[in-house]
Amino acid sequence: MTSTDAAPAKPVPLVTADTRAFWDACAEGALTFQRCAACGHVQFPPRPFCTECRAAGPGTERSAGLGTIHSFTIVHRPPTAAFKADTPYVLALVDFDEGFRLMVNLRGCPPSEARIGLRVCVLFEPLAGGGALPQVRLLVE
Amino acid sequence: MTPVISGAADTAVGRLDGSGCMALHAEAASAALADAGLRADEVDGVLCAYSLAEPHLMLSSVFNEYFGIAPSYSAAVQAGGATACALVMQAAALVRAGICRNVLAVCADNRLTGLGRNGAVAALAEVGHPQFERPYGMSIPAAYALVARRCMHERGVTAEHLAAISVTQRGHARRHPKAQARDPLTMEQALSARMIADPLRLFDCCLVSDGGAALVVSAADAAADHTDRAVSILGYGQMNTHEHAFAMPSLTDFGCRQSAAQAFAMAGLTPADIDVAEIYDSFTITLLAELESIGFFPKGEAGPAILDGALELDGVLPCNTHGGLLSYGHSGAAGGMFHIVEAVRQLRGEAEARQVAGAETAFVHGDGGILSAHCSLILGRA
Repeated sequence: MTSTDAAPAKPVPLVTADTRAFWDACAEGALTFQRCAACGHVQFPPRPFCTECRAAGPGTERSAGLGTIHSFTIVHRPPTAAFKADTPYVLALVDFDEGFRLMVNLRGCPPSEARIGLRVCVLFEPLAGGGALPQVRLLVE
Repeated sequence: MTPVISGAADTAVGRLDGSGCMALHAEAASAALADAGLRADEVDGVLCAYSLAEPHLMLSSVFNEYFGIAPSYSAAVQAGGATACALVMQAAALVRAGICRNVLAVCADNRLTGLGRNGAVAALAEVGHPQFERPYGMSIPAAYALVARRCMHERGVTAEHLAAISVTQRGHARRHPKAQARDPLTMEQALSARMIADPLRLFDCCLVSDGGAALVVSAADAAADHTDRAVSILGYGQMNTHEHAFAMPSLTDFGCRQSAAQAFAMAGLTPADIDVAEIYDSFTITLLAELESIGFFPKGEAGPAILDGALELDGVLPCNTHGGLLSYGHSGAAGGMFHIVEAVRQLRGEAEARQVAGAETAFVHGDGGILSAHCSLILGRA
């Protein structure tokens, strides 16, 4: 690749009917998840039934956006050239306090300082073409 | 009707310039049929996997047409790295049900020359969830690195434990004339190799290869007419717990626990009865986590045991005696089938310089996705 080539575009979320409301909320700066009114089960990503008790129409709630790093890796070899400029970047699984898990990038923190158990909070990065992608940064309490 | 493995074969593996996906399928299939002593028109069942280099909606139909056969039963199965073991399980079920007498299970892909290393890495990353993983730059090594990091945190797994796996398997591959990676590999080299997805370094990750492998699963009486080298299928089992990395119920305990338990129960055996193990090793952590989930080692003890030589040919559990996906080669579903082919060779006493003395029982395991789909087989010397 020469320096004049534009970086290839990163994949954007391929929104479905199940998830349109979630992504609309992200665009408004809100992280949402589902809780089943019948059995209390918390689930993510959204879908029209509860995976625990099979009840229809789990309710949507807004997360406080606070969570804990369950595991992480520092990616040195990206999946595609679109992520090459970001390397090394932190890919993490974050357990949000309400009981659901997201894969995110840890922003604003040197990769060498990432640790399991760190407290993080959600932030939203604008997506090319509109909308926003939930990410996390270290929580300063 | 009791099913047996009546034939097993593989093609060359590695960079096979000028190879084609379908030609590799046909080469492996022809060799497996010859090994079983069968003509192509005696095959009444065909099971295929999938190809990244030449994707088709109905790969088994494409293969049948290419190979010039018309089996009464045919289907393609997609369970990632669990596919090869799942094909044997399905073939055994077809034979048991009396639907088929001779099932050809064939897997091949030309990933290295057909896609190239970058193309294969990018194609495999599409396994990531299209909304909740791929936008974050998840690669397959990164997903397994999440497992590795958590296993280090919870189980005390170290970089040395992981490196010892790649070094041990390289030693095995060096005894196999067809293995793709046969250069000597030291602990120092493994521990200082370039980082791919921390904590996984280059030699913690499997190869990208061209190659194919095939098996014939037959009714025992049908096999007896053609070969005296059939291998018994003593047990099998499956478990499927999730698909995507962010949906893993656990990062340290996996469905291989249940799939192996089913297989052991069917065989009437325990892990202590196994003479040789051929276990999916897409990454070093894959093998280590599976060894503990299956019960070959207590939690936290696989790593130290491996450092102590447990997986060597004369160790307590000779494992991945051909070199595995890490050093022998990994050409898609055929990668998992190489493990089964090696188990068959060990049980027949045909493993030459890497033969485990007196091997009578073999455990084979495949996992697909991010430790998502699991299938276990227990094979025995007939």
